[in-house]
Amino acid sequence: MQLPIYLDYQATTPVDPRVLDEMIPYFTEKFGNAASRSHSFGWAAEEAVEKSRKRIAKLIGASPKEIVFTSGSTEGINLAMKGAAEMYASKGKHIITSLVEHKAVLDTAKHLEKNGYEVTYLTPDRTGRVSVESVRDAMREDTILVALIWASNEIGTLNPIREIGELCHERGVLFFTDGTQAAGKIPVDVQADNVDLMCLSGHKLYGPKGIGALYVRRRKPRVRLVAQMDGGGHERGMRSGTLNVPSIVGLGAACEIAMQDMEKDAAHTTALRARFEEKIMSALDHVYINGDVEHRLPNCTNISFNYVEGESMIMGIKDIAVSSGSACTSASLEPSHVLRACGLGDDLAHSSIRFGFGRTTTDEELDFAADQVITAVKRLRELSPLYEMVQEGIDIESIDWSAGH
Amino acid sequence: MAYSDKVLDHYNNPRNVGSLDKQKGTVGTGVVGAPECGDVMKLQIEVEGDRIVDAKFKTFGCGSAIASSSLATEWIKGKTIDEALEIKNTAIVEELSLPPVKIHCSVLAEDAIKSAIADYKSKSNKEG
Repeated sequence: MQLPIYLDYQATTPVDPRVLDEMIPYFTEKFGNAASRSHSFGWAAEEAVEKSRKRIAKLIGASPKEIVFTSGSTEGINLAMKGAAEMYASKGKHIITSLVEHKAVLDTAKHLEKNGYEVTYLTPDRTGRVSVESVRDAMREDTILVALIWASNEIGTLNPIREIGELCHERGVLFFTDGTQAAGKIPVDVQADNVDLMCLSGHKLYGPKGIGALYVRRRKPRVRLVAQMDGGGHERGMRSGTLNVPSIVGLGAACEIAMQDMEKDAAHTTALRARFEEKIMSALDHVYINGDVEHRLPNCTNISFNYVEGESMIMGIKDIAVSSGSACTSASLEPSHVLRACGLGDDLAHSSIRFGFGRTTTDEELDFAADQVITAVKRLRELSPLYEMVQEGIDIESIDWSAGH
Repeated sequence: MAYSDKVLDHYNNPRNVGSLDKQKGTVGTGVVGAPECGDVMKLQIEVEGDRIVDAKFKTFGCGSAIASSSLATEWIKGKTIDEALEIKNTAIVEELSLPPVKIHCSVLAEDAIKSAIADYKSKSNKEG
């Protein structure tokens, strides 16, 4: 067993060796520009790109023509939300999203607000789920877009996408979902799930970084977007820029493998997670699993260790690579906006860690990780004045902490 | 975030962890910070005459907060109350090489010393 143990699979995943094998020739001998129409180098690249488009489309139940290559989900989110908002501005300027979105969605929504759009931010239930009713209640005559995450990157909770999509279609409102954590992990079918726009990212599903795809529905309804990048008109005018052929090949291969191995991967990570949670819960008191334990991703868990601070916890489990909240916001000292939106107090939000399990995680690694977590929590609670107060029967909620910082 | 060796040393081997009997007249207790801010420090001193003969702490917080309070107990032990009151957060920052985002940890440690001393003084005034 090699240390440290990687349990941060929602932040990123390694490239699967099968994916890498397919990519390599496209760096060297098959280096053509997929837009070159006049020679075989270009044709070979274009053929590889189109094969990849098919594989990605198959994973999500789309047609290949509905796949637009991007640099990843941040770009996909920007293109979908800004592109749709600008295209349909004459219909209305109201957008619905939620408080548990990734920063890329929240910041794009803020950008749109600055440009004259109105955004409603829905509050989820305590498990991080956004209800169909809340979307229905927020809809107005001028609503043009609903943007919701499929699977939370922080707590793994799954939103009722199919039902929300159905509502959107009834109302003639476009439905964009951030499928970054969902694609390749759980069954996704843009037809049955009533999705109009969906982004996914290569590096979350054992593909390379810097490549992603945006699904843009072509029929019922035909979705049009205002391009956010001007240039040569690649990707049917929606995303100019020379295609990143090796990475596109990698993304296609990763999607095909994800589809083939989905059941196996899910069974593997679900078993690991159950074992991990069981070990932690039986060894420690005042520990809570965040999110919806019924509707959640098969490969992660988010746990609050009350009376222990998250950063000191991460220091104490130095042989395990995990993060407190999402990697994208871990540079700040703010507690997770997702956990706050679920109604967790800042104290518990500060004490929460996300553990992600992957294709190659072993039982041995998992047992080691659980033991290190248990040891660290016990040690830090020895140091914790809050845990001491609780042991003495003092109600921490009743203390006036106003003198604090 | 990279921690200095001294922070890691205090985090891995914190000095003077524990609690003193807060009911005792010679013990002063300071609790500063708030759970929702991610830092709570409890620092206690035991005083004989005007000298701090023992100090204990417990801290809920990041590694720098644990190190700052651990260092604080180490420094105040054996000092007179007046000497302990002179300890500035900047000295803690320097000793532990704390980065700017962690300066509040040192401020909290200084506050904890002052709060424990204030508690001790209010007790001895009542008794005296």
